[in-house]
Amino acid sequence: MGEPSLRGDGAWVGASVPRREDPRLLTGRGRFVDDITLPRMLHAAFVRSTEAHALLTSVDLTEVRGVSGVVAAFDAADLDLGDITALLDRPAEEFTPTSMPVLARDKVRFVGEPVAVVLATDPYAAEDGVEAALVDYEPLDPVVTEAAALAAAGPPVHEEAPGNVLVDVSLFATEGIDAIFSGAHTVVTVEARTGRQNALPLETRGVVADWDDRDEQLVVRTCTQVPHQVRTVLARCVGLDERQVRVTVPDMGGGFGQKCVVGREEIAAAAAARVLRRPVKWIEDRREALTASFLAREQHYTARAAFSAEGEILALDADVVCDMGAYSCYPFTAGIEPLMASAEMPGVYRVPAYRVRGRAVTTNKAPTAPYRGVSRPQYVMVMERLMERAARSLGIDALDVRRRNLITEFPYRGVNNITYDPGSYLESLNLCEQVLREEGWPGRTPDDGRILGIGYACFSERTGYGSGAFAQRKMQVVPGFDLSQITMDLDGTVSVTTGTLSHGQSHETTFAQIVADRLGIGYDKVKVVQGDTDRITYGWGSFASRSVTIGGSAAAAAAVKLGDQLCALAAHLADADVESAALDGRGGVRVGDRTFPFAELADVAYLRSHLLPKDVGPGLTATASFDVGGDGTFSNATHGCVVALDPGTGGVEILRYVCVEDCGVAIHPRVVEGQARGGIAQGIAGALFEQVTYDELGQPLAPSFMEYKVPTAAEIPDVRIEHLETPCAFTANGAKGAGEGGTIGAPAAVLNAVNDALRHTGVELDHTPITRSTIHSALNRTADTDRPAEALQEAR
Amino acid sequence: MKPAAFTYHRASSVRDAVGLLGELGPEEPKILAGGQSLVAMMNFRMARPGHLVDITRVPGLAGIRREGDVLRIGALTTHRAVEKADLGPDFRVLSEAMRWVGHLPIRTRGTVGGSIAHADATAEWCLLAVLLDAVVVAEGPAGRREIPAGEFFLGPFTTALDPDEVIVEIVFPRPAPRAALTEYADRRGDFAVVAAGADLDTGSVVLGGVGTVPLLLRDAGTPDEIADVPDLRDEPGAPASYRRGLVRTLVARARTEAGSPRTGGDGPGVHRTTGAGAADG
Amino acid sequence: MTDVQLVELTVNGERHELVIPPRRTLADVLRHDLGLTGTHIGCEHGICGACTVLVDGEPARACLLFAVQVENAAIGTVESLSAPDGELSDLQRCFGEHHGLQCGFCTPGFLMLAEGFLAEEPDPTREEIREVVASNLCRCTGYETIVDAIGDCASRRRAALQGVLDTAAGTPDPTLESTP
Repeated sequence: MGEPSLRGDGAWVGASVPRREDPRLLTGRGRFVDDITLPRMLHAAFVRSTEAHALLTSVDLTEVRGVSGVVAAFDAADLDLGDITALLDRPAEEFTPTSMPVLARDKVRFVGEPVAVVLATDPYAAEDGVEAALVDYEPLDPVVTEAAALAAAGPPVHEEAPGNVLVDVSLFATEGIDAIFSGAHTVVTVEARTGRQNALPLETRGVVADWDDRDEQLVVRTCTQVPHQVRTVLARCVGLDERQVRVTVPDMGGGFGQKCVVGREEIAAAAAARVLRRPVKWIEDRREALTASFLAREQHYTARAAFSAEGEILALDADVVCDMGAYSCYPFTAGIEPLMASAEMPGVYRVPAYRVRGRAVTTNKAPTAPYRGVSRPQYVMVMERLMERAARSLGIDALDVRRRNLITEFPYRGVNNITYDPGSYLESLNLCEQVLREEGWPGRTPDDGRILGIGYACFSERTGYGSGAFAQRKMQVVPGFDLSQITMDLDGTVSVTTGTLSHGQSHETTFAQIVADRLGIGYDKVKVVQGDTDRITYGWGSFASRSVTIGGSAAAAAAVKLGDQLCALAAHLADADVESAALDGRGGVRVGDRTFPFAELADVAYLRSHLLPKDVGPGLTATASFDVGGDGTFSNATHGCVVALDPGTGGVEILRYVCVEDCGVAIHPRVVEGQARGGIAQGIAGALFEQVTYDELGQPLAPSFMEYKVPTAAEIPDVRIEHLETPCAFTANGAKGAGEGGTIGAPAAVLNAVNDALRHTGVELDHTPITRSTIHSALNRTADTDRPAEALQEAR
Repeated sequence: MKPAAFTYHRASSVRDAVGLLGELGPEEPKILAGGQSLVAMMNFRMARPGHLVDITRVPGLAGIRREGDVLRIGALTTHRAVEKADLGPDFRVLSEAMRWVGHLPIRTRGTVGGSIAHADATAEWCLLAVLLDAVVVAEGPAGRREIPAGEFFLGPFTTALDPDEVIVEIVFPRPAPRAALTEYADRRGDFAVVAAGADLDTGSVVLGGVGTVPLLLRDAGTPDEIADVPDLRDEPGAPASYRRGLVRTLVARARTEAGSPRTGGDGPGVHRTTGAGAADG
Repeated sequence: MTDVQLVELTVNGERHELVIPPRRTLADVLRHDLGLTGTHIGCEHGICGACTVLVDGEPARACLLFAVQVENAAIGTVESLSAPDGELSDLQRCFGEHHGLQCGFCTPGFLMLAEGFLAEEPDPTREEIREVVASNLCRCTGYETIVDAIGDCASRRRAALQGVLDTAAGTPDPTLESTP
C-alpha cells in the first residue's frame, strides 16, 4: 500500500488514504470472535424449537448430559435468567410491552427459538448433544402471516397482545385531508408488500465469554454493534452489576443492523460461562443465522396520494403494517419499522397533507431487528411507485412529476414536523438523468429480443439522529449523543475513544483522519479505540448512519480540546499569551518564533509536571461529547437503473446502475463509494433475489443459501457513482451519514425499471422480491392467459 | 452444522471399496467421491452415514479416454477437468455444459461419478448422460455391469445402483457434435429451475427440473409440443405454468446452440487424459 | 476403527501430524487445530466461499472436505500469501488499493480464489474474472472493486512477466519497480 498522502489542501479529510484495517484483514491476521480460543473453552449449541407455536410441556436433557463430550446442558429453569424487555414510553393503546426470555419458558413462538443450551468440549459434540434432547410440545395454531395476525382468530402469539398488535400509532393526520382527497383531480393508490429479509452479515453472530476471577468480571467478546447495550441487558439478565460485565468487540464481519440488538444466545452462553467457571464459545451456524436470528423488512403498505392536474402532490395517506415476528428487539422494540415509516414517509417531496397509521404485528416467525435502511427502502419504493402511477394517470413524464414535487428550498419544515437541512434533491435527479441520457440508454433496443426498462428513485436519508430525534420516537432508552476521550502519549501520538463501532465502515481510518486534521499529525499517529465497555465511558454503537456524523464530531471536538490544552501549555512554557500559540500543522505548537513539538509538551505534562502551570493538572487528555439538537442531517441521492427483461425466461439483468449521491463532505471518498456500492447490492438483493419464506405451519423454507439467494458478482452490476456535495452545517467537516443510502434507493429504482420494461403489457408490479415467474407471465400473458393485470400483480 | 460421527475408510482399489461396502452394508456406508453435495448434506445432518468409504485415492478412476467413437470418463474425473479438456467437436457439449455446474471451487472437487450417483434431477451430468444415451459402468462383488443412463435414475436421489456397487466410468457411446445443454436459474451457479438439452442428430431432448428424474423425449417435437409435459413440478415462485414457459424457451435455445458452430471446439480428435493432479487423487 | 485418526497435513509447505476424529472438516482443522484462523467459515455448505483454500493449487471449499481426505495434498491458505515479514503480496495490495474489502470477513476466501484462478488463467477478461468472483459471497462491497482488484493484479503480473522477458532480451524494464 503506498505511503499515506494528504489531500491537495493539506488535509487528511477528503483523501482516500490506505485503510488502517487492511493489512491485518488481508493477511488473515484479523481477530474475529471465532478466532478467539481460551484454555478449557467449551462450545455451546442450542436446542431449538421445532414448532412455530406451542406450549412447552417438557424439556428433558438427561440423555444430552450423557453424550460423549457434553459437559453440561441447561434449560430456562436451570439458568433462571431475567427476560429481555424493550419499552416505548407510549400509552397502552399505542404500545404493548412484551418480553423475550433468554431461553424459552412455557411457550415457544417460532421455529428455531432457543429452548436449552448444551456445552461440550467441541462444537461437534455440542451438536451431538442437541440431538439427544427430548422436548415435548403441545402445538397451538401458528400465526404465520400479517393477515392471520390481524384476524386474531386463534391463540395470540403473546397473551399480553390478544390482537397480535404490539404497536399501533397514528403519528400524523392533517386536518381536512379527506376533503383534499375527494376534491383532487387524481388519486392514485399503491398496495405493496416487501419480502422478509436477512441482513446477512457474512460473519454470523457469536460470543466467547468467561468469568475472570481476578477482575471479578464476566468478560464477553461478541460481535455486536452495541456493546454497552449488551452489557446492560446481560448484567440485568444475569443479576450482576454493570461493573462486573465487560463487553469487548473484536473484528466484526459486518452487521447491517442485525447485530445492533441484543440477542439471547450471547446472554445464555455468558450465563453458562459464569455458572461453569469455564470459557464458553458460541458461533451461530448459517442455518441458525437464516432461520433463528433477527430478520427484517416484511411490510405491507396501502397508500394513496392525491395529485393536482399539474402533477403536484396534495396529500398522502398510508397504512403500514410491519410483520415483526415473535419478539420485540432490545433496545428498539417492535416499533422500529412502523415508527420510522410513519415519521419519514413523505421523504424528498413537498407533501402538504399527511395521514399515516403504522402498526407492528407479532407472528410466529423469527423476530426482527433494524436492517440497513430501516423501512426507508420500503416507503421510498411506495412513494416512487405513487409518483410513477400519478405520471401515467396524468400523462406527465414521471421525472417531471418528481421535479414538481421535490423539496428545493432549505431548510424545509415538512408536514411530518421534521426540518430538512440543505440537500441536492433536484440536482441529483437532473444529473442522474443526464448521465443515463449521455450514455445513450433511453430509447435503446437490445437486438436479442430482450426488453429494456429504465427506473429512477429519488430519496433522502436522515442520518445522525440525535437524542432529540430518537426522543420523538418515545423509546425508553434514547440513543443519540456520542462521547470521545482523547489522550496524548509521551511521544506525541494519540489514542481516541469512540462509542461508535466499526464493522466494515473503516472508522479506524476515517476517525483517524478527522482527528489527525484537528491536531496536525499523521493519521497513522492516531489510534482509534472502540468496542470495549471498560475503556469507553458510554457509547451507543454504530447504526442509523450515526458514526461519522455524531461519533466523528465528538472525536473532532475532543481533539480540538486537546489542541487547546497543547497551545496553552506551550504558551505557558514560552511565557507568552495563549492567543499567540497555534498548532503548526506538523505535530507541534508554534508560539511566536518558537516551536514546541508535541513530544516536548507531553514530556512536560507527564515527566516534568512541576513545570506545569499551577491550575493545570498532569497528563494530556480531553473528553468531549456531541449530540444533534435538531432533526439530524439528510443525505440524499438519485438512483437510475437500466434493466433488460428476457421474455423467454422472465430473467432480469441489470445493465447499468447510476448513483448520484450527496453525503456532504466525504471524509474518505473511496469508503463512501464502497458504502454506496455495497448498499446498492443489498437493495438489489431485496428487489430481485432474497426472501425468507415459511410454510403454512411456520416452518422456515429458506434454511440454506440454496433457498436464500444472496446475489453474486454475476447478478450485481458495476455502479457508476457521481458525487454532489452539500455540506452539513453542524457536523465536524460537514459530513452526513453514508451508510444506508445505497440500500434505500435500489429497490425502488429496480422495481421502476422493471415496470418501465413492462409498460406495453399494462401490468404494474408493486411487490418485492419481484419473481421471474411474475415477469414471465406479464410478458407472455396474451399468449398464456387472459388473466387481468391485477391478478398478475398478486401472482408471486 | 457439524457432521455426525462416522468411521472413515480409504479404499485402495475399486475391489477394496466394493468389499468395504459389502462388509459394512447394514451400517449404511457411503462412497465419498467429490463430496460436494454429500458433505454439505452431512454438515446439515441430512445425511449421516455411519461409514465413509473414500475412493478418491483409487488409482485409474480419473481421466478421459477416447476410443474410436466412444468417450470414456472415469468416475473421479472432476467437472473442472472436463471443462478444461479439449474434447473436440464430437464431445464439446460436455465441456461446454460444465459452465452450468456450480462455481469454480466446486468444479475442482466435484466428480462426474459422484454427480451421477447423487442423482439430482437437475444435475448436468445426469441430464447429459440421459440425453446422449450414456452407459454407467458399475463394479460390484460379481464384477462390472453396464447400466444404460435411461434406466439408471429411478427417482429423486435414487438410482439403479446396488448398495455394494461403485461407479467406475461413464461411457458416451457416440459423438454428439450437434448437442447442447442450457439452463435457467435466477442466480448463477444454482441448480436450474429448468434445464434442457438437445441433440439434433438423434432428435432427443432432455429436461431437468420438470419431474423427479431427467425426462428424455426421443424424436421430440416442437418446443410447444415438448412444453406440454404432464405433471410439471409446481412450486411457489416457480409454478408449473412458468416452468412450461421455461421448457419452451430453453428447448429452443438448446437447439439453437446445438446447431451453431462454436469456437474452441475445433481441436484435434486426440484427447488429453487428465493427470492425477487435476483430478481427485 | 477408532474415533480418532492420525492425519498428516501439508499446509503452506509445513507438515503437521494431527490426531483428530475423521469428521473434522479441513476448515475446522485449519482454524482450530492448526491456528490458521485466516480461513473463515461462513456457511458450511459450500456456497459462500469464505473458507476457500488452495488444494494442490486449485481453489476448493475447506468446509466440504474432511481433513483426512487431503492428506497427500498441498494445502494453501491466506497466511501463505504475504512475506514472512508481513509484506503484502501484489494481490493483497491490489485488494487494498481498490477497496476490495470492507469488513474483511470474506476477503481470505476471495484472495485464495483469485490466487488459484490467476495461476491458471493469467490473462482473463473482465467477464471471466466476474464469473469466477461469482463463486464467493461478499455482503459489503457489491463485488465491483473485487473484480477491479483481481484485474489489476493480473495486469501487473503480466507487465512484470513482460518486464522479465524484456530484461532477458536486453531491453530496459520500466515495470520491475512496481512488482513484488
